Amino acid sequence: MSDTTALRVPPAGRSLWQDARVRLLRNRAAVASLIVLALMTLACIIGPLLTGHAYDRVYQDYVRVPASLSAYPKAEALPAAVQRIASRIRATPSEIVVEADRIRLGLISPRLIDPRLLVYFDRSDLFGPARVIANALDGRRLGLEVPIKRQYFLFGTDSNGRDLLTRTLIAGRVSLAIGLLATGVALVIGVVYGATAGYLGGRIDMVMMRIVDVLYSLPFIFFVILLVVFFGRNFILMFLAVGAIEWLDMARIVRGQALSIRRQDYVLAAEALGVSTGGILKRHVIPNTLGPVVVYVTLLVPKVILLESFLSFLGLGIQEPMTSWGVLISDGARAIQATPWMLVFPASFLVATLFALNFLGDGLRDALDPRDR
Amino acid sequence: MLTYILRRLAAAIPTLFVIVTISFFLMRVAPGGPFDLEQALEAKVMENLRRIYKLDQPLFQQYLTYLAALLRGDFGPSFYFRDFSIGELFAQGLPVSIRLGASALLLALAIGGPLGMLAAFRQNRAADHAVIGFATAGITIPNFVVAPVLQIVFGLTLAWLPVGGWNGGAFRNTLLPIVTLALPQIAVIARMTRAAMIETLRANHIRTLRAQGLSTMTIALHAARGAALPVVSYLGPAAASLLTGSVVVETIFGIPGIGRYFVEGALNRDYTLVMGTVVVVAIFVLAFNLLVDILYALLDPRVRLD
Repeated sequence: MSDTTALRVPPAGRSLWQDARVRLLRNRAAVASLIVLALMTLACIIGPLLTGHAYDRVYQDYVRVPASLSAYPKAEALPAAVQRIASRIRATPSEIVVEADRIRLGLISPRLIDPRLLVYFDRSDLFGPARVIANALDGRRLGLEVPIKRQYFLFGTDSNGRDLLTRTLIAGRVSLAIGLLATGVALVIGVVYGATAGYLGGRIDMVMMRIVDVLYSLPFIFFVILLVVFFGRNFILMFLAVGAIEWLDMARIVRGQALSIRRQDYVLAAEALGVSTGGILKRHVIPNTLGPVVVYVTLLVPKVILLESFLSFLGLGIQEPMTSWGVLISDGARAIQATPWMLVFPASFLVATLFALNFLGDGLRDALDPRDR
Repeated sequence: MLTYILRRLAAAIPTLFVIVTISFFLMRVAPGGPFDLEQALEAKVMENLRRIYKLDQPLFQQYLTYLAALLRGDFGPSFYFRDFSIGELFAQGLPVSIRLGASALLLALAIGGPLGMLAAFRQNRAADHAVIGFATAGITIPNFVVAPVLQIVFGLTLAWLPVGGWNGGAFRNTLLPIVTLALPQIAVIARMTRAAMIETLRANHIRTLRAQGLSTMTIALHAARGAALPVVSYLGPAAASLLTGSVVVETIFGIPGIGRYFVEGALNRDYTLVMGTVVVVAIFVLAFNLLVDILYALLDPRVRLD
């Protein structure tokens, strides 16, 4: 009796995708990569709003300051800064007392001190507006109280005095967006082209793949430079175009898949039922090629991000004040000796992302490989 | 075999022709010209220059002129590097790039192959994870990060090797560029060898060898032949791009190869230089694809070349 009741409810089958998900979640490296990618994306989207700096805000008084967990300005830098501002006001500072969040000082000048000149304190990145608390010798001697502006530069600043943390996160937005955008374009063109060539086969397939071969032997960078020339330096258009070039591998992979799929019984059945070619491609061929395509996509995103950084290294990529990881890294690489943090932080963000994407790709490949069950 | 090679060579000619045609017209569609300077030249000077370089003729006429010259093996004069013909530039630069690229490729094969095999035999153990980690790092860290780091460490801190320069091709000067070029290739080759090797080790003929109790070394050698196939097909395009020079490495280390000509040529609208580079790169790609197919047939008896 118990046997028949068990049979009445058929065992729930697991689809390829459900099975793949279970196996992917069992792969620790892939799960860690997913978490890293999610955190990275979140940081790049929300982070720039939380750092308290605009990505293009120049702090002239904080050029190339090293990364530090404590706030700037450092106590030892204050007297020199006060001296500099006082000399612009043409006065001599005296009795500088540094307190927790403000300094007190006296200013002495042989002539009358114009209170309007005190705005130099406010203009500096170190101090807030100065307040006169004592006035002696008919305005030739002022007692001042100046609040100190505390700022954090967790990753230091770049050679223009911009906060590197904010710039790294903004750069991440650009790099990730480019990676996804170009990959998306490559995905659409490659899958449609490859599936069509593979499914139709014969002479059409031969011609279509010959075209791919010819495009393959054209030096890729040639296209990119021409695109830069055509589109100016508009990166969205440019990376649509990069995607339009990177589809070649995708087309080959999908074609190979489609060649074997078109001999499957379900495709023959669909043909016998008179389903249109477009319908068969959409319903049967393309969904069944997606396994290898998903794997290739996770490997294509890092490739495109690297490509963008290569272009930026050549000066053909993103233009200032916008930035990308590639731009930051090539700036950092040029100044590696004096300011190593300018290379270390963007490079570790980039490498962490690429690492995660690669491990995720490997995990997906293992998860989708039917032989590994 | 010989007829196959001849047929492939014959098939390469139309491909080359298409590539030359596409690049020629694409290059010309781009705005700007080779003689556009910050300050515009005098109209008369410009006119004379354009006449000397035959830029005043109709585009199609220029195309025919270029094609005819190309058939004679003449790449024409450079527009940007005055007083040099493209042939002369390549004669100087190509041997440099080929030497660096070939050394890097051999180094990558010598290190990447064994690393991949080691990882395959120790699958899912510490050695395997170490190789995969190293390989992923090699692929993900861009060479324009690797190069300055190598320069700082070996050139300045340790002062063992020169920071850059070619110095007539002295061995010391070539070391850092070769390592920079080889690192990503080592990584890719190690990964591919590992994947192919794992696949091959499951095959029946390898199980037979194991059953016969042969040593690991013998098994590895037998499996290597099967595992070499995907690596060989990767090596074709990789060799073509390595031997024709790398912009980044040549710029950072100050090496007089041909890698940088492409970018310089395109940015300065040096039409003949770009075209020459396109043709040279295309010839390398086609030649190495042919070589790969022949190697494939030698390695895999199931592949027939007719």
